Amino acid sequence: MAPPLNRSGQETGVRFLLNGREHVAPSALPTMTALDYLRGEAGLRGTKEGCAEGDCGACTVVMVRHGGTRPEAINACLYTLGQLDGASLVTVEGLSGRDEAPDPVQQAMISSHASQCGFCTPGFVMALWALRQEGGAPDDDAIHEALAGNLCRCTGYRPIVEAARQACRNAPPDQEVPDRATPAPQESLTTGDALWLAPATLDGLLTLKRSHSGALLLAGGTDVGLQFSKERRHAAVTISTSHVRELRLMSETADALHIGAAVTISEALPACEEAWPALGAIMRRFGSRQIRNVATVAGNLANASPIGDLAPCLMALDAALDLAGPDGERRIPLEGFFRAYRRTALGDAEVITRIRIPRPADRSVFRAWKISKRHDQDISAVIGAFRVILRDDRIADMRIAFGGMAAVPARALETERALIDQTWSEGTLRDAGGALERDFTPIDDQRASAAYRLRVAANLLIRLYRDVAGESAVEVNQT
Amino acid sequence: MNASDAAVFARAAHDSALEHVTGRARFIDDMPELPGTLEVVLVTSPHAHADIVGIDLALARASPGVHAVLTAADIPGTNDIGPITDSEPAIACDVAEYAGAPVAAVAATTFDQAFTAAGLVKVTWSQRPALLTIDEALGHEAYTSPPQTMKRGDSGAAIAGARHRISGEVRCGGQDHFYLESHIALAVPRDNGDLDVLSSTQHPTEVQHAVAAVLGIPFSSVTVEVRRMGGGFGGKESQASIIAAIAALVAAKTGLPAKLRLRRDADMIVTGKRHDGLFRYTAGFDSRGRIEGVDIMIALKAGNVADLSSSVLTRAMCHVDNCYFLPNITVRGYPCRTNTVSNTAFRGFGGPQGMLAIETVVEHVARHLGLDVDDVRDANWYGTEDRNTTPYGQQVSHNLIGTIVTRLRSAADWEGTRRDIERFNAANRTLKKGIAMMPAKFGISFNVPRLNQAGALVHVYTDGSVHLNHGGTEMGQGLFIKVAQVVASVFGIALGDVKVSATRTDKVPNTVATAASSGSDLNGMAAFNAATTIRNRMADVAARILGATVDAIEFRHGRVYAGNESLSFARLAELSWDERVSLSATGYYATPGITWDADTMTGHPAHYYTFGAAIAVVVIDTLTGESRVLKTDILQDCGASLNPAIDIGQIEGGFVQGQGWLTSEELVWNADGHLLTHGPSTYKIPGSRDVAPDFNVHILPDMPNPVPTIYRSKAVGEPPLLLAISVWLAIRDAVARLAGYRHLPRLDAPATPEAILMAVDDILARDSCR
Repeated sequence: MAPPLNRSGQETGVRFLLNGREHVAPSALPTMTALDYLRGEAGLRGTKEGCAEGDCGACTVVMVRHGGTRPEAINACLYTLGQLDGASLVTVEGLSGRDEAPDPVQQAMISSHASQCGFCTPGFVMALWALRQEGGAPDDDAIHEALAGNLCRCTGYRPIVEAARQACRNAPPDQEVPDRATPAPQESLTTGDALWLAPATLDGLLTLKRSHSGALLLAGGTDVGLQFSKERRHAAVTISTSHVRELRLMSETADALHIGAAVTISEALPACEEAWPALGAIMRRFGSRQIRNVATVAGNLANASPIGDLAPCLMALDAALDLAGPDGERRIPLEGFFRAYRRTALGDAEVITRIRIPRPADRSVFRAWKISKRHDQDISAVIGAFRVILRDDRIADMRIAFGGMAAVPARALETERALIDQTWSEGTLRDAGGALERDFTPIDDQRASAAYRLRVAANLLIRLYRDVAGESAVEVNQT
Repeated sequence: MNASDAAVFARAAHDSALEHVTGRARFIDDMPELPGTLEVVLVTSPHAHADIVGIDLALARASPGVHAVLTAADIPGTNDIGPITDSEPAIACDVAEYAGAPVAAVAATTFDQAFTAAGLVKVTWSQRPALLTIDEALGHEAYTSPPQTMKRGDSGAAIAGARHRISGEVRCGGQDHFYLESHIALAVPRDNGDLDVLSSTQHPTEVQHAVAAVLGIPFSSVTVEVRRMGGGFGGKESQASIIAAIAALVAAKTGLPAKLRLRRDADMIVTGKRHDGLFRYTAGFDSRGRIEGVDIMIALKAGNVADLSSSVLTRAMCHVDNCYFLPNITVRGYPCRTNTVSNTAFRGFGGPQGMLAIETVVEHVARHLGLDVDDVRDANWYGTEDRNTTPYGQQVSHNLIGTIVTRLRSAADWEGTRRDIERFNAANRTLKKGIAMMPAKFGISFNVPRLNQAGALVHVYTDGSVHLNHGGTEMGQGLFIKVAQVVASVFGIALGDVKVSATRTDKVPNTVATAASSGSDLNGMAAFNAATTIRNRMADVAARILGATVDAIEFRHGRVYAGNESLSFARLAELSWDERVSLSATGYYATPGITWDADTMTGHPAHYYTFGAAIAVVVIDTLTGESRVLKTDILQDCGASLNPAIDIGQIEGGFVQGQGWLTSEELVWNADGHLLTHGPSTYKIPGSRDVAPDFNVHILPDMPNPVPTIYRSKAVGEPPLLLAISVWLAIRDAVARLAGYRHLPRLDAPATPEAILMAVDDILARDSCR
């Protein structure tokens, strides 16, 4: 069926490569999830829905962005059709056709007895397929990192990890990703009453933001996407930042690292990790690989979650945000950005353009730790970030920020005051923990009690001392 | 049966392995919809306990795409899907007794239409007081079935007369099954008011009964089919009835196919879980730690209706002995009625809860006496000649626990590992390691004797291909391939020549749940009997053709032999048909010797016992309470394993599932009785990194079942889950070491970082007051 034409005579409807073939979704809402579309209109039901909240991985598919080459595992349940416009998508059906030999990943899964009920299996296959495309032989740590977004309730994972080792052993990147040119992303899509706008420039974005007040601004969508997948709500007008050229940039200068607002956490990770290994470690535990491939650093700040992982880290690092709006650009320190629960200083017509993280000063030490019930892919009960500058065994400067301790990510100013100019000793840090009660009044919820949050936050100060002092094992994952 | 048969004992892959990895394995939601199929969404109670004063359906009925909005008033039959006792409504009528109870079902052309309309159903509520916890229910003596007592000897006198006494309390949380495929049913109307129901259920017959009851039609009008489930773990034993009955009600009322798939949050809120437990104990013992008398109270959170809770409680009480001879014992069990979702079967079925209690008692005895926990175990093992009768009167025969513990300790380098841990702990002040061994004995069979039966249906076609059907369901556990191996072995044909097929109530009727680890024991034997019937008929034909006696006929390698003469199995099938010999047979099996007196709580409820043990090494962070499992060694008795690859998978998967129950999986309810952890973002089952990097799993070799089970194999589904208690015990060990083993840690399950840190702080505080 020929796709309908819009008023200017252009084709409308999301266009992308689906398992190597050009595909047009003429009548589907642009904010429909890729999963609903695949299982519905596209009739591809190998991809499963296990949770519709991006936490189980049964819906894992692999995407190559327009103009990109890197196959990235994503959760189809949170990714929208609009975001797929101009991309290439591979589903489990794309790995081997009927009667064809299974893909090496599939073969390894079979020979390792890695499926039991089989419901999570296509998701695991796709996550491993993306891992295999990276080439090389990943160690177990890398395998766990690649699988952190996939839950299996039957096998206990041992055979799946074995299959990963087998499938990725000596695997060259074998160009299995369809490398046909993807269709150009469209700046505007309409379906019924729904309008999807994907500007290519910052000017375009600001113009649209002004002319469509009340439009939904969508970056990665791993949080906002829940309203499409679970609440079944769809915005009348959605403005995607994904193709805004300026926002896709990262730059490193002598004094700072700049991360564009549409840069994903996966994309930002290498540079962040190089400058601040502890930040890298937090980013590797952020959501899952599927989430990080889509979620943006800016989105994690803009949603102003009190339990977002990046805000406390970046606050301790004295990061600032560059905002752009009708009145021009302005820069505000991150700690001034969060106004109240889920509220920020961002004006109605403003957008975040980039995050600026100043380079570490001499002798500064940065540490950050996340405490959660599960190591991988969990939301923190408490996350603490610490930047210390020591001079001759004295604490010359100290910035401390916590998530999970208040309605917004916040600095622990009283605690900082109790520490600055004090002697760097375990006793000092232990004593300063008492000041946290003046900084924070945390709450009880499903992740932890208020008492535990205060206790563990104080104990992270002790961990900070022991870690910086060079004690060998201060985290269970170091054993 | 002989051990040289080719197909059994082989490490055959799961029958659907290729379909799984290619995404071609069809689950119910993957089936192409018939035209007109309706999507159903439930409207559920927002209150833990409230009267339904009124329901206004007008707006919902007028909403676009809506075909029907149904309530309990629309049920033509009986609004009751209780598996054991009556009055368990599929749809709440007059009163809702838990937050999440279905009160209406909205059916529309699309899911989104039904979802929107469900929000338009206006219910007027009048709230009533709610009991939300075990403690509240105990205080009100609110039970879903009568409390149970198991008694042997005079525990009171034995405790009073013992040299040492302890008493204490421990708790464990519940557990969501978190099968990856949530509950689903698809009901399709047929002629004359009949219905076909595709249901993700472990118990097609019970779904058949529930659908028939709700619609007021005979069982024969309802056919239930299940090809595969995306995981069950007990969660689809009784709970599937609610879902299927509502889908069937919509189909019957509208005349259209109706699909009800619970999205993840609804699944976790609406359907039952593992029972949380509260355990109180008093024990008297001698100076070596030998227990002379023990009183144990087991209180389980049953939820709002009985469901299977009385049986779960019985199994908990029957496993509170674990591997120990308890000469004088009183166990009191309370199925606590709470205004929470009705808890249900979950792998282990109460067994894990009972064993967690006695292991706490054993540890407490050790701490009290300053002895090693394992020395106390040694003082209390069941004997072989004497001290070998359980509190319920069954003799523990063929006890393998001694053999298993000895071999496991050696394989895991128990002594060396303990020395390494001591060295590590001496050198580290933040992180501390712990180690523990968990022995386990598990009784195989349903406690209720009548449930121990199974049927099978086998056809041989004239091309030699074989169609296999039986009453067991496939939920990932590998039952279908194991039973297919049995049938292939009987006929001496290749495994690939046996076609496994969907479980259907019109092929094999009156089945029991695929549960209690009994799937392959029961259905394997029934299929063996069916196949053997056909083989014997074919052997008669072969004997005539080959001019030999029937005794000389052998079926092997796809051929049928009499000495050097042979013909292919396919040819023999064709010739048998020519001779008008039936190539189809049913098979039936009833487990012999099972008895149970529910009043005295005595009998012989286990056909046999399985044994296993695990050693876990963990590390905890004394500053944050984070923990990690470093090493796991398991030795499990599987008899003569029908399929070691499948059985290893069951052991590994069961262990990790149990580890989750005892560590990261925390169900949190608020003060209004709402479940706060109803999705994977808040409810944390183990991920791949949580599994011990050093994970060694072995099946006890060369130990066929002395009891004549199918090819002398043993059941394997549930026992490995219990072994995960080793992880919890190892965490407690790490905490206890902080105070030189002078105190019993106050650590309930699950051992979340918060629970561990509180236990660490508590034990250090107690020790400093000493």
